[in-house]
Amino acid sequence: MSELHLPWLELSVLIPIFGAIVTARLKNAGYSRLVCLVSCTATLLLTLGEWVDFVALKSFAAHDHWDVLAMMFQDQIFVIDELNAPLLPLAALLCLLTVLSTLRTKQRRFAFHWMLISEAILLATLSCRNAWGIVLLLVAAVFPVWLELRQRGRTTQVFTFHMALFVAALFIGQALVDLGYLFAGGAFLTFAGLLRTGIVPLHCWMTDLFEKASFGTALLFVAPMTGAYAMMRLVLPIAPEWALQSIAIVSLITAVYAGGMALVQTEARRFFCYLFLSHSSLVLVGLELATPIGLTGGLCVWLSVGLALGGFGLTLRCVEARTGQIDLKRYHGLYENMPTLAAFFLLTGLASIGFPGTIGFIGTELLIEGAVDVYPLVGMAVVVAAALNGIAILQAYFKIFTGTRHHESFCLRSRFAEKVAVMILTVLIIGGGLYPQLGVASRYHAASELLRDRSDQLNFKQKSRTAFNTNLNHDH
Amino acid sequence: MLNQCFLILGLMVVVSPAVLLAVLGTASLVGLKISEQTSARLTQTSVITGLTASLTILGLMLGTGERHVPIEVGHWVLIPEESFHFHLKFVFDRLSVPFAILSFVLCGTIGAFTNNYLHRERGYHRFFVLYALFLLGMIVSSLAGTIETLFLGWELVGLSSALLVAYFHDRKNPVRNGQHVWVIYRIADAAFLIAALTLHHLTGAGDFDELMGTGPWPEGHATISQSHALFVGLLLLLAAAGKSALVPFSGWLPRAMEGPTPSSAIFYGALSVHLGAYLLLRVSPLLELSVVLSTAVILIGLSSAVFGAVAARVQTDIKSALAFASLTQVGIIVAEIGFGLRYIALIHIIGHACLRTLQLLRAPTLLHDYNDFENAIGEHLTHEPSFWSRWVPVRIREWVHCLALYRGFMDDLLKAFVVRPMLRLFRWCDGMERRWTNFLSGESDPAEPTKMEKRESLEEFV
Repeated sequence: MSELHLPWLELSVLIPIFGAIVTARLKNAGYSRLVCLVSCTATLLLTLGEWVDFVALKSFAAHDHWDVLAMMFQDQIFVIDELNAPLLPLAALLCLLTVLSTLRTKQRRFAFHWMLISEAILLATLSCRNAWGIVLLLVAAVFPVWLELRQRGRTTQVFTFHMALFVAALFIGQALVDLGYLFAGGAFLTFAGLLRTGIVPLHCWMTDLFEKASFGTALLFVAPMTGAYAMMRLVLPIAPEWALQSIAIVSLITAVYAGGMALVQTEARRFFCYLFLSHSSLVLVGLELATPIGLTGGLCVWLSVGLALGGFGLTLRCVEARTGQIDLKRYHGLYENMPTLAAFFLLTGLASIGFPGTIGFIGTELLIEGAVDVYPLVGMAVVVAAALNGIAILQAYFKIFTGTRHHESFCLRSRFAEKVAVMILTVLIIGGGLYPQLGVASRYHAASELLRDRSDQLNFKQKSRTAFNTNLNHDH
Repeated sequence: MLNQCFLILGLMVVVSPAVLLAVLGTASLVGLKISEQTSARLTQTSVITGLTASLTILGLMLGTGERHVPIEVGHWVLIPEESFHFHLKFVFDRLSVPFAILSFVLCGTIGAFTNNYLHRERGYHRFFVLYALFLLGMIVSSLAGTIETLFLGWELVGLSSALLVAYFHDRKNPVRNGQHVWVIYRIADAAFLIAALTLHHLTGAGDFDELMGTGPWPEGHATISQSHALFVGLLLLLAAAGKSALVPFSGWLPRAMEGPTPSSAIFYGALSVHLGAYLLLRVSPLLELSVVLSTAVILIGLSSAVFGAVAARVQTDIKSALAFASLTQVGIIVAEIGFGLRYIALIHIIGHACLRTLQLLRAPTLLHDYNDFENAIGEHLTHEPSFWSRWVPVRIREWVHCLALYRGFMDDLLKAFVVRPMLRLFRWCDGMERRWTNFLSGESDPAEPTKMEKRESLEEFV
């Protein structure tokens, strides 16, 4: 395996941990925000550095230089490959933008140190290729969110119930896989992955989380789609084709259902949650199709949805920070008060549904093409889900930004830091839309390698099983 | 040399509205104030550049006898191993050139008119950003050489139309109507996308040259089977019906008149409303393959025409009356396409678009002129009873009047049988989900915000 020029992966996990320790000791919320901002920026630069370094190596996978974890565990724990290379900067960017768009008035209520801990766990999960490592990190990611819910004095039963099922299924599944019971183990792991992604009917924890946790925490818990990552690492290599395609159909049903549910929501957070659910299910559809085009589409949409809906969620959070909880039953008339946020809300929303000229367009086309290839009629449901999401997005835009003008007591326009966040995402969304070839080619290469890897592993397991049966016959 | 000329001019036609959108859109997003004069100059420059380039191409085509000039921009996305490509190609032929020139001429006229009409309006810049989006969408749709490129332009036109209907967004009605238009457009877009994908699968390419035979428009012959042509054609007909407000989607057309008069004129009187007919003209070789499909096109066209003619007679405002009059003409155009009269349909589109733009732009001052006219002659203008009113029984007349007044109950039927049951189902699901989470958490209603959360507004905080 190739070696990176610096220990980028380990540093990108260590920096947020160090930042969290410093932030936890600070009493002043302003300084905490500053330290958090610096840590997140440094982490983003490190993840970008590792991506550039990895691309320059022209290899499918690489590990850190001076790999301390490999020395300790005698195994490559943190590995960068075609799958996670762009996901790491995406996750770091979302964390940075969340901090950047946190208003000063809200900084006392936002737990910066827990956010940094969550970022470290998230980046470690996305860097990890070891199955048990992923299982443990996925479990660890649950605790900061659970603690925040407790600190806010909200009931944690729904979250606890679902996450307990998730943790149990993960542990049982991986243990069964290790013992050689691939089918049963795969089924448990699939159940865990679907629950973490929020597939119907295992999704109710997500709406509950968005209602009870802070918007930033809930967004960072779901937006990087670690459930889908777990499916890719733990389920894709061992699952037979029919199982993957069954998961794709369940995901497709979720995509349509969540798209429809987004239409009838009367509260902005729940609306966002269903919108996200619909899109993350579409990503899962692409990932589980197990065809080069479908998988490429899934990987492209993963990135575009991460960026677009991440930006969409942050915009909603910025509006909510100014107006309080957003009721979608009435028109708020906020366009004149915050035109930049209105334009960005629309841009990110349209990018998420794959509107032409935005980053999601080609990914969605590939995804639909892949789905139709495998299931000519059922695959059309992707188009239906996209149409429902499109209607829901414009409906929310109209409810929030149009109507009788809201007369503010002071200027509600976006602040400098928010404008910076908006501009960064706009450049990425439009830039990725106008020049998609680079991203698509890279994702196609990743998809091909993942499918080759999967076929190698399935062949190897088949051969082992045949050899085992032959030996058994000889013994008889 | 000639090819180089065509390439440069062709790119100028497409790039000029794209640059306008980039400049106005970026300025709007970063909050840069552009004066009205600068906006108007930029718009003028863009339209004149595009129009001049289009006219030059037309002149060159007439001079050299070329009937089909493809402009290859290249592959936007290419995965050679999977034969997947998104091919950006524009075509100048007997269909696209008149449509592109028509778009530039009418958009230029409307741009100049709007500059005065919306002078010092708060939404002046917003209008011109959406106008640029619309112009780009129209030009890309008109010149599209592949079905994917056409879809790209089609979506841009749809978004700008819906947002312009909701232009006066301080009032609820325009916003609701904008949403209504968007819903219909999304249905049309979904049908279009499925049709495009199916064509891709059947022919392995999205290029119109390969889809519709090799001859220049309108002489191409499609090579797919009759049943496939019927399936794809019906989807495209659904897309066209949504975009052109044909039966059963006609309900959105009068609603679209809530927007400012210039946008009503350009979108629903002149260009956008003809885009469905344009799509049918572009894929007209498909219609030849299936008699059932052609019949469906004719029936939808004629029923739209009859409905438009009847509904226009009971409208109480001039813009709605003009909207239904437009529908009548568009219905006839679609029927002409179904009958295979392609050149007549194209000429009909151009003539109708120009006339309707003039009528809609004249509409705001017409009432004023009527008043002056009646004052001058000293009495109200009288209306002769129509031929039908003398021969048709009162009861039937009343029934037709009621049908026309309620727009054929089409909106009501769609709401009663499609929208409401769907929303009711999802609301029921939402209720069940809430009950489940309440059961798990032991709360009465977690969605009910606490008093503290309600006070989270920044203004109250400060």
